[in-house]
Amino acid sequence: MILVFAESTKGQFKKSVFEAVTYGAKLAASMGTTCAAVTMGEVSDAGQLGIYGAAKVYNVAGVGAFDSQVYSSVLADAAKQLEAQVVIMPVSSTGKAIFGRVAVRLGAGCVSGVNALPNLDGGFKVKKNVFSGKAVAEYEITTPVKVISLMGNTLPPESTGAAATVEALDIAVPAAKVRVKEVKTIDGIVPLPEAELVVSAGRGMKGPENWGMIEEMATILGATTACSRPVADTGWRPHHEHVGQTGVAILPNLYIAVGISGAIQHLAGVNQSKVIVVINKDPEAPFFKAADYGVLGDLFEVVPRLNEALKKYKAAN
Amino acid sequence: MKLLVCVSKAPDTTSKISFTDNNTVFDESGIQFIMNPYDEWYSLVRAIELKEQAGGTVTLVNVGPASNDVIIRKGLAIGADDAARIDMDPKSALSTAQQIAAFAKEGSYDIVFLGKETIDYNGAEVGSMLAEMLDMPYISFATKLDVAGNTATVSRDIEGGSEIAELETPFVISAAKGLAEQRIPNMRGIMMAKRKPLNVIAPVEVAEQIKTVQFELPGEKSAVKMVDPENMDELVRLLHEEAKVI
Repeated sequence: MILVFAESTKGQFKKSVFEAVTYGAKLAASMGTTCAAVTMGEVSDAGQLGIYGAAKVYNVAGVGAFDSQVYSSVLADAAKQLEAQVVIMPVSSTGKAIFGRVAVRLGAGCVSGVNALPNLDGGFKVKKNVFSGKAVAEYEITTPVKVISLMGNTLPPESTGAAATVEALDIAVPAAKVRVKEVKTIDGIVPLPEAELVVSAGRGMKGPENWGMIEEMATILGATTACSRPVADTGWRPHHEHVGQTGVAILPNLYIAVGISGAIQHLAGVNQSKVIVVINKDPEAPFFKAADYGVLGDLFEVVPRLNEALKKYKAAN
Repeated sequence: MKLLVCVSKAPDTTSKISFTDNNTVFDESGIQFIMNPYDEWYSLVRAIELKEQAGGTVTLVNVGPASNDVIIRKGLAIGADDAARIDMDPKSALSTAQQIAAFAKEGSYDIVFLGKETIDYNGAEVGSMLAEMLDMPYISFATKLDVAGNTATVSRDIEGGSEIAELETPFVISAAKGLAEQRIPNMRGIMMAKRKPLNVIAPVEVAEQIKTVQFELPGEKSAVKMVDPENMDELVRLLHEEAKVI
């Protein structure tokens, strides 16, 4: 069977979990087996994972704040108990912390950041982006048990079934060595790695005081804001907004780049975006070559005009 | 404190990527290699800062061929005390982690540092594997690390925020932007680095669990469609009706 780790934050699932269950159910169907999901600690409405294709949903009680040793021990033991052939988890801060640990515990070959369903023709082959999006690698996992993590936005969550009943899974939970003191999150903003719509701006903005129109565009669209590296380095914007090779790598459906020339390091982090819009006054900006739609013009005129057009569109739709 | 810093080589961020041998091997010809930025800028520098505050040693470890020595010497020039190079060309995160684990087990290190990921294969796998092999806690994507006695306070990046935690040494930690500020080696450091020990160590046997089938370059984008800057209603229409993203 296929086992999906359904991580939760404050008892809630993120979209990446529904994507992973949808992916697991599709993989299970092509392997002639079933997909199950395992949740840890207190989760509200774990049964909803059935809607996305989990034939069974398990819960391991007594798991508290995050400690990679505890989570990987519980997940690996669950995989052993349920005789999972493939373990799937989302690419996330939790997923990245436990991914290698779980694979080592299971003696499983692993590939992280997979971005398509496996090719099962003559083996178990998966693809992922490498060299910060400048290339794609295909790997074959040759061990009986396999561990993979799934990039966000690889496929949309699909409602295919009904809610499942949640079964308790009896797994020993080791004592945590990491004592979590505080979790600080900004509510209401979709984090960049999960964002479907991203509005990003660069040095062409001339200064941090001009960011109001970028934030306005993000608000109209329900998008997350991002920036280029020079902007983060000069302190115009916070570091967590920096997208690119040495910042966050993203793959939204829409990436709007305002006043960013498109250096190779920036493109490496954003070129997996499905649609790229570039607004720049320099016709030689390399970003235009990577864009789907380009607007050649002064951003201080174009962006307010675009915001008005978006408002009109939103009001009509 | 005994600190171990794992460093990796990576192609310079401006590198054009290509492949040889039927697209199964990364073509290293003409590629300028650098120390992986997360290893150099944040992980190594924070280890050196802790040593400067509390005393101890900073040891570098790299898994790679002799051509990596230039990168290791740079780490020594920035301020590490000694270095070990495990002499093999690693084929996967697993083989890298196994080599480092075998080395680290001999040294009883208090903290093992890595960068959050390498900028070539972007797996962020080695730290998590290594922590498991060493049976140590693992703090990933750390942006803050302070140590008092044998208790550490850490902050790490999570989705849309940060998490602050405490734990005792020993542990493994991966460094994200913010853990430290990049240091440029000075002439004195570069001269001293030439006399610091760089031990070459034979690798342990490992069995690979994955194999590379092939690499592909992303397909060429179709030509950009330019939109009249006076007509942003048209851009919105295209995004809605043609691209179907809003």
